[in-house]
Amino acid sequence: MAPVSERLRWLFLAWIISMCITTTQCVDRSNFKTCNQSAFCKRQRSVTPGNSPYRALLDTLELNENSMKLQLLNKVNKVPLLLEVSGLEGNMVRLRINELKPLKPRYEVPDVLVKEPRTVPLAVVSRDEGSVEVSLSSPDHRLVLTAEPFRLDVLAGRELLLSVNSRGLLVFEHLRQRKDTFTAKVSSAVGSMWDTIRNVFSSASKKEESSEEGEEKADDTDPTAEQTDDNKAEDGEAEKVKEEEEENEEGMWEETFKTHTDSKPNGPTSISLDFSLPGVENCLTRAPAVSLCSSGDPYRLFNLDVFQYELHNPMALYGAVPLLLAHSPRRTLGIFWLKLPSEPGWAETWQGEEFGNSHQLLLHSWFNETVLGKVLDYVQGSSEEPQTDVRWISESGIIDAFILLGPKPTDIFHQYASLTGTQAFPPLFSLAYHQCRWNYNDEEDVRSVDSGFDLHDIPCDVIWLDIEHTDGKRYFTWDPNKFPSPRDMLQGLQSKKRKMVTIVDPHIKVDSDYKIHKEVRSHGYYTKTKDGSDYEGWCWPGTAGYPDFTDPEMRSWWASMFSYDQYEGSTENLYIWNDMNEPSVFNGPEVTMHKDAVHKGGWENRDLHNLYGFYVQMATAEGQVHRSGGTERPFVLTRAFFAGSQRYGAVWTGDNAAEWDHLRISIPMCMSLGLAGISFAGADVGGFFKSPDPSLLVRWFQTGAYQPFFRSHAHLDTPRREPWLFGDENTRLIREAVRQRYALLPFWYTLFYQAYRTGEPVMRPLWVEYPTDVSTFAIDDEYMLGGALLVHPVTEEGARGVTAYLPGKGEVWYDVHTYQKHIAPQNLYIPVTMSSIPVFQRGGTIIPRKDRVRRSSECMAGDPYTLYVALSPQVHTGDRV
Amino acid sequence: MTLFPGVQPSTEKGADKTWKMAGVYLTLSLLLSCSLAVAVEIQRPRGVSLSNRHFYDQSKPFTCLDGSRTIPFDRVNDDYCDCKDSSDEPGTSACPRGNFHCTNAGHRPQYIPSSRVNDGICDCCDATDEYNSGSVCENTCKELGRKEKEILQQRAAVAQQGFLVKQQLIDEAKKGQEEKRRKLAELQESKDGKEDELEALRTVKEAAEAPEKEAKDQHHKVWEEQKAALQLEKDKARMALAFLELDDNADGLVSVEELQTHLELDPDSDGTLTEPEAQTMLGEAPQVDQTAFQDIVWASIKDNYQSETLPARDPPPQPETPQDPPRERLPEEEGEEEEDDEEEDVEDEDIDAEEDDKSPPVVSQTEKPEKEEEMPPYDPETQALIDVILSLSLSLSLSAQKSRATFDEAEKGLRDLEEQIRSLEKEISFDFGPSAEFSYLYSQCYELTTGEYVYRLCPFSRVTQKQKFGGSETNLGTWGSWAGPEDDKYSVMKYEQGTGCWQGPNRSTTVKLTCGTETAVVSTSEPSRCEYQVEFTTPAVCQEPKDQDPGSHDEL
Repeated sequence: MAPVSERLRWLFLAWIISMCITTTQCVDRSNFKTCNQSAFCKRQRSVTPGNSPYRALLDTLELNENSMKLQLLNKVNKVPLLLEVSGLEGNMVRLRINELKPLKPRYEVPDVLVKEPRTVPLAVVSRDEGSVEVSLSSPDHRLVLTAEPFRLDVLAGRELLLSVNSRGLLVFEHLRQRKDTFTAKVSSAVGSMWDTIRNVFSSASKKEESSEEGEEKADDTDPTAEQTDDNKAEDGEAEKVKEEEEENEEGMWEETFKTHTDSKPNGPTSISLDFSLPGVENCLTRAPAVSLCSSGDPYRLFNLDVFQYELHNPMALYGAVPLLLAHSPRRTLGIFWLKLPSEPGWAETWQGEEFGNSHQLLLHSWFNETVLGKVLDYVQGSSEEPQTDVRWISESGIIDAFILLGPKPTDIFHQYASLTGTQAFPPLFSLAYHQCRWNYNDEEDVRSVDSGFDLHDIPCDVIWLDIEHTDGKRYFTWDPNKFPSPRDMLQGLQSKKRKMVTIVDPHIKVDSDYKIHKEVRSHGYYTKTKDGSDYEGWCWPGTAGYPDFTDPEMRSWWASMFSYDQYEGSTENLYIWNDMNEPSVFNGPEVTMHKDAVHKGGWENRDLHNLYGFYVQMATAEGQVHRSGGTERPFVLTRAFFAGSQRYGAVWTGDNAAEWDHLRISIPMCMSLGLAGISFAGADVGGFFKSPDPSLLVRWFQTGAYQPFFRSHAHLDTPRREPWLFGDENTRLIREAVRQRYALLPFWYTLFYQAYRTGEPVMRPLWVEYPTDVSTFAIDDEYMLGGALLVHPVTEEGARGVTAYLPGKGEVWYDVHTYQKHIAPQNLYIPVTMSSIPVFQRGGTIIPRKDRVRRSSECMAGDPYTLYVALSPQVHTGDRV
Repeated sequence: MTLFPGVQPSTEKGADKTWKMAGVYLTLSLLLSCSLAVAVEIQRPRGVSLSNRHFYDQSKPFTCLDGSRTIPFDRVNDDYCDCKDSSDEPGTSACPRGNFHCTNAGHRPQYIPSSRVNDGICDCCDATDEYNSGSVCENTCKELGRKEKEILQQRAAVAQQGFLVKQQLIDEAKKGQEEKRRKLAELQESKDGKEDELEALRTVKEAAEAPEKEAKDQHHKVWEEQKAALQLEKDKARMALAFLELDDNADGLVSVEELQTHLELDPDSDGTLTEPEAQTMLGEAPQVDQTAFQDIVWASIKDNYQSETLPARDPPPQPETPQDPPRERLPEEEGEEEEDDEEEDVEDEDIDAEEDDKSPPVVSQTEKPEKEEEMPPYDPETQALIDVILSLSLSLSLSAQKSRATFDEAEKGLRDLEEQIRSLEKEISFDFGPSAEFSYLYSQCYELTTGEYVYRLCPFSRVTQKQKFGGSETNLGTWGSWAGPEDDKYSVMKYEQGTGCWQGPNRSTTVKLTCGTETAVVSTSEPSRCEYQVEFTTPAVCQEPKDQDPGSHDEL
């Protein structure tokens, strides 16, 4: 096959973004860890590709209707793992690897999967002493498991889709007792003894005497005795020595970053696994999210509050979805690594020169296998093909990976949605325009902003209040001077059919007179320190506690706080915004919670860090459902998120800046989130930090009007920027953009309904609709809304024209403003003025609109729909409305 | 959901054209809430004002007001937009940018955007905009009209009263202005007088100072001569000593070899005093006697010559010039160093301290010659001369000092006067409004205490904010300019360049002036970080109330 058609595109879905625009505005990188500053990551990265020490024990293979289980034995440390492979309904494969007998349970992610995925029976097709071939239910798909070294290949027909552990990077740091109970200095001697002992135990055989002896010795603090043991140990096998070295590596039982010490009572627990995708050329210069090609630090998935974040940087940010998509004209694949909620998440790829090596290595290993002939037959022209290798590393937990086999992009969305759920169907108003600022100062300010929209005839549905509305950053309260009568204020908004959103953050001010704090403390709901006391950190209110949202009991208590009698001053048109829920801890390591903080069930924050924000939003959304007696859909905006967060509301891209680069990046950021299931996403219109000039503000309104979550927001220190403050002409331009949004609300609502039903993203890269058109793969400055509208916002300062690619051989597109028809495919140059928002309707689609734009979406409830039917050269449209 | 019967391929944007042109783009209008209520008021369609009534004649087809199209009259207010200018739907929300007229009997008539017709929100007080939305709106026009009338009356009363005050203010300002002008003229005049006076005094002073200066100069000259003589003597003694020392063989002559024993005399400082070098010093002669030594040699070597007998005591050459400055600085520098050690962090203070330390030496420098005068022992003759000069200069000084003091006082008086003139000129030059009605605010201050702060507005000067309980004052801006709109320039004051904000701009304040009988700050706010707004009432902006009742012209 021609190389170009073999090109696959990689999207790494967790996003973030380069280019420090000005040095003064840069994020302070030193506050955040690099891989080398994180012991587990450094350890894992030092493991180089090679022959895997793991051997699959084929004689332990058990096949039942749900799964195939067998043991993997590490030839070096003799610790056995249990591999469980299942075929899942909808063309997926699940791979779980855990210790056969862990010292204590390892963390398995709860609550992210909507339900236990349904399995399909597997059948052994063929088997010999070195391999097993298993068929999956879907025609043609097979798994080939090779015993030594362990690897797993997924095949479709004669095509090799993906290999697991082909580079031998399966690493599973087993749980172990801490060897040195005395001092660190004597640890090496005793440690090696302990290893001997444990190895003996774990292989469950031989010489109990000797191990007992060893135990006694180990407990003995007499240095002479240790010396003797040490000498004995030196006589042992070379691998023991090797392990001893490993055991002594720094950072296994404790590590320090800046002034923070991370105690690690469970020792090293990290895991890693590699996946190879032949035929995938991963490097695209304009990848929508971060290109994985960077040879620098791996891409990090660890929810953090990064002040003034950088674009195009693999650093961690507020949220993470550990889903990797690969797309080629022939097929789309996905890997969902459900163990990434634990901190960690370093994923990396090799390419360039290293890529060549790994490729050779792969072939080399095949030649030593008995199944080699078989596998090789399936692979076409493999030596010519590019390949991408991916490796996932996590700090703790088990390996639980889902391989989504596509083959079409929509199949991937359905598959992923069947695992983690679909987008919550948002209430209509939340798809309209939101006006936010840190902060609207008082009730009078809210009233004047509200009437400002009417005065300037700009539609608006929601006015937001940031942290300053509370009584001293005590959430669920109101500043008694600035907001003395919130009910009246909310009633005032209701009379215009508008809503309000207030902020409720998860950090709770430690104040014995504060009801929420008192209750959380008395119920014992706070997250604990490693020593068992309530964990406290600094955030907006000063000293604050962090309720343990991983505790279901705590979550239902939290939800009850949103009932009208608990949240004083709240009414039905009040909705909620959860910020700082990574969680942000100003004085914590990397501005977040200590990894050794303890949650319900004794789990460390290390194990479930990325789930914290997910649970905060979940509990808040449930609270809103409860307060209405289960009749109203909730609206909750969150900053931190994880896989599955789409089920609870909207996400925004955090604290961006009033820069053209930030405007541009909002497109790939929202697209990436959509591909990762989170359709309801947006960026702060105007940019949070700094002050936009009027042309940037206008362009941002125009862009935001065509992105899923449409909200203006501004930092406390910036000048006011309500839409009417920049002269009549700019007011007119902004009004027009917002009105376009409102006219299309029925279309947006329909798209969200589809996203809710199917998991298909609302805002899509072009390749989702045109998977075989290679020229769409790298486009990240235009996108589609559903299958009908193509949007190419103007995001360049002073632009006089844009070039939009109109895809689809034999298709036609209509300019929605002029109805002019354009034949596809073509690169269409469109001259633009300040009022231009290039949008095209695809021939063969129907778009429902409400052309009577009113001051809020609810005012338009009874208005007639207008269907815009765009004919295609083909007679049949097949579109749904 | 019912599909509207007889769907036409038409749009609000000229669908016929689209239809023909592309033949593929088609808009269906699906009216879900088909309210074809062509409920018409007496003689005119809904939403049409009395003045526009004649455009809507039921008996004729309707022509869009822009003339673009003519349609059967039953398409007027049929909840479907036909005219580009929205004129066919004055009473519905069908057209995108139409206007709906509500009569609002009992209150003011009003146009509202057609998008507010039947949107469930009562906009017109006569409730006519919500005829089909299910919202129940009450006719509140009478009530509103009454209230508005009250408010307007109240306002008018205030304006009336305020305007009267304003007239007084204007009168006072006029008088004040005149008074100031008069005073300025007075001051000007007295300044001229003072200047002359000062000139006279200056002459007296200079006259008194002349003999004093002369005496001082003479004194100085005597002292200089004395000093030179002394120096010469000293030098001669040194020379004699040097000659004796150099003349190693005591033959009364200094030779080249003898010179060479003094390596410090090496002119090129290369460590050796060569024979030619020594020869050059001696001139042509192979050796010199004391007289020749004094005339020829001494001058060239005295700076470098080191005495054999008094090596430590004899100061190095050029003792006079560089000695003065170091002597004065030395203690000061030591002091500075100590200070540096102690307060390295307080740099500003250090600099101040340094400057303070430096000033005394400046003073002492001027005093020093007098001190030195007394130093050397003089022969009785000289001493007598000096004494005479001294006593003379002292008495001269006394009279000079006196005239100096008189002069200084007069000069200060003049300066004060000039200062007064300047400030008066400044005040007069201020723009206090077309009739100077704002001049009474000058050098006044008005305070408002809020929950947290005390705000203080001193018109034409500055705005400040101070925490209620202690804390220092923050400058929210100093007088900038009148900043109202062109036709109402004196309604807004702008104060700028206040204390800088962290990571932000300098604080600034906008003062909005409204008519009131009292002069007071009524509210303050900070709509944007570090941008303050002050509401300020003053009679000075009150306009003469027009003899009209705006609430009274109802249509119908």
